[in-house]
Amino acid sequence: MKQPNQSKGIWKVIGASSVGTLIEWYDFYIFGSLATVIANQFFPKTNPTAALLSTLATFAAGFIVRPFGALVFGRLGDLIGRKYTFLLTLVLMGGSTFAIGLVPGYETIGFAAPIIVLILRLLQGLALGGEYGGAATYVAEHAPENKRGYFTSWIQTTATLGLFVSLGVILLTRHSLDPDLPTSIKKFNDWGWRIPFLVSILLVIVSIYIRMKMKESPLFAKLKSEGKVSVNPLKESFGHRTNLKMVLLALFGATMGQGVVWYTGQFYAQSFIENVCKVDFDQSRTMIIWAIVFATPFFVVFGAWSDKVGRKWIMMTGMLLAIFSYRPIYKQFMELTNVAEMQKTLLASADAPVVKRNLGPNQSDSLVTTSIIKTLNNGISFKEVNVDTLYSATPGQVGKATTSYVEKKLDNNTYWKFVGLIFLQIIFVTMVYGPIAAFLVELFPTKIRYTSMSLPYHIGNGVFGGLTPFIATLLTTMHTSDKLVGLWYPIIIAAVCLVIGTLYVSNKIDPNVND
Amino acid sequence: MNQLKKYLGIVWILLGPAAIYYLVKTAAAEVSKNPVIDTKIQWGVFVIIFIPIAIGMMIFGYYALQGEYDHLPESSSEIND
Repeated sequence: MKQPNQSKGIWKVIGASSVGTLIEWYDFYIFGSLATVIANQFFPKTNPTAALLSTLATFAAGFIVRPFGALVFGRLGDLIGRKYTFLLTLVLMGGSTFAIGLVPGYETIGFAAPIIVLILRLLQGLALGGEYGGAATYVAEHAPENKRGYFTSWIQTTATLGLFVSLGVILLTRHSLDPDLPTSIKKFNDWGWRIPFLVSILLVIVSIYIRMKMKESPLFAKLKSEGKVSVNPLKESFGHRTNLKMVLLALFGATMGQGVVWYTGQFYAQSFIENVCKVDFDQSRTMIIWAIVFATPFFVVFGAWSDKVGRKWIMMTGMLLAIFSYRPIYKQFMELTNVAEMQKTLLASADAPVVKRNLGPNQSDSLVTTSIIKTLNNGISFKEVNVDTLYSATPGQVGKATTSYVEKKLDNNTYWKFVGLIFLQIIFVTMVYGPIAAFLVELFPTKIRYTSMSLPYHIGNGVFGGLTPFIATLLTTMHTSDKLVGLWYPIIIAAVCLVIGTLYVSNKIDPNVND
Repeated sequence: MNQLKKYLGIVWILLGPAAIYYLVKTAAAEVSKNPVIDTKIQWGVFVIIFIPIAIGMMIFGYYALQGEYDHLPESSSEIND
């Protein structure tokens, strides 16, 4: 049998694996990126915070079931083969995404809407749980041994590119529904958000076609022809002490930290810039896009480098840098957008105030909201919203006056500083994520590889990583005085992982993954 | 180095129950502070998901204490044995 020690045809393998994986990530990310818009459609509007949290919970649900998807599809992959398993995950993911685009809103079908969305979201999570292990295993089992890190790192770019494509499609749709931008945005929030979901079916059909043409992994085909395929991959992966200890090491010494670094850099950063710094919707997304464009090649750089110096220290350095940089980076985000302070010395102009007066239910309560668009000398513009004290007809009831600064449009210089700071975070992501597929593949034997590597990967990424934006946001609601408190979650998880990885993980590259 | 890995096993074992205690305590406090269904679901999910992981951490610590990580397998035959 022909051994996979040559790179001929490997690009075809990478292309087919990557396209499918990219689309799966695209499908998964559009939901997260549109969380606030979807909250208005599928959840009761009486309490916007509850609606947003519910959406995030639904979003989180997609992550939590990923380990179960890893078990189900990992087992299938080790029993029937890599090719058919991740063909199945692709169909499941594409179908669920398309269906989300068709679900009627809460106002039309009531509580059935969030329930259907939740079920579809769970299906997406299950499918994603089965996808990555298959793609990474498939590429690694085709790759020559001295370039395994390099070739598998192309798969690693797909998650980031999936986010990139999802942001691009969202922005494009948001701007193209009407020549007048505010009308276009209104249409997008109303029904246009469905388009990115529906479009995904075209992408899925293309990638199914490509994947149908793929051949089975040569190593798995060899095992199958020799009758050595695992009879019970779950038992062999987690029932045997020698393998279980490697599964635990992979989780606590690598994937747990990698997951939080990844989701902090690419997701929490966006959430923080939008919700805490109140940067304009378009700007907060385009800066992520730029940072991703500049940083994505580094997945391949670090993947290839890991073939020479080993996987461990590149991953650990990424975690170390993340641990010590997060608080200064996010502090910078806040300082660069602290318009309340800036306007004391830099105020250049202010538009005429727009006053809205809302009467309370008994027509004697009043709430006066004043909005003023202001521009600073440095080019930053923003909307200052003052809500006056609410005096109620009921004696003793007085609402608190508040001032908030929203829709901040950053000047060119600050904008690129933001891109640079996000870029730095994504560089950490490329360090921890670039070499990890090769690292995991080398850790486990062929016959139980799909199952064994999928579970720690998806607990690390799905549970620890995927919950990062949610837990970090939750921490800020529990400790309201410190806006950076959410960062302690990724910092602590990455720190524990760094210690375990440094002490217990080996830097040795296993040349033989054919066993 | 192997001694350090073993002794740290105790830390990982203790980290498991410490994490469970902190998680359950925080969950109880948050639910009692705001006893609505959203809060209950959120914290219920965290407790259910993170307890098995904390137990996994204890098992990892136990293996470390036993010296299981003094030598990592260099081929799959060592894992299959």
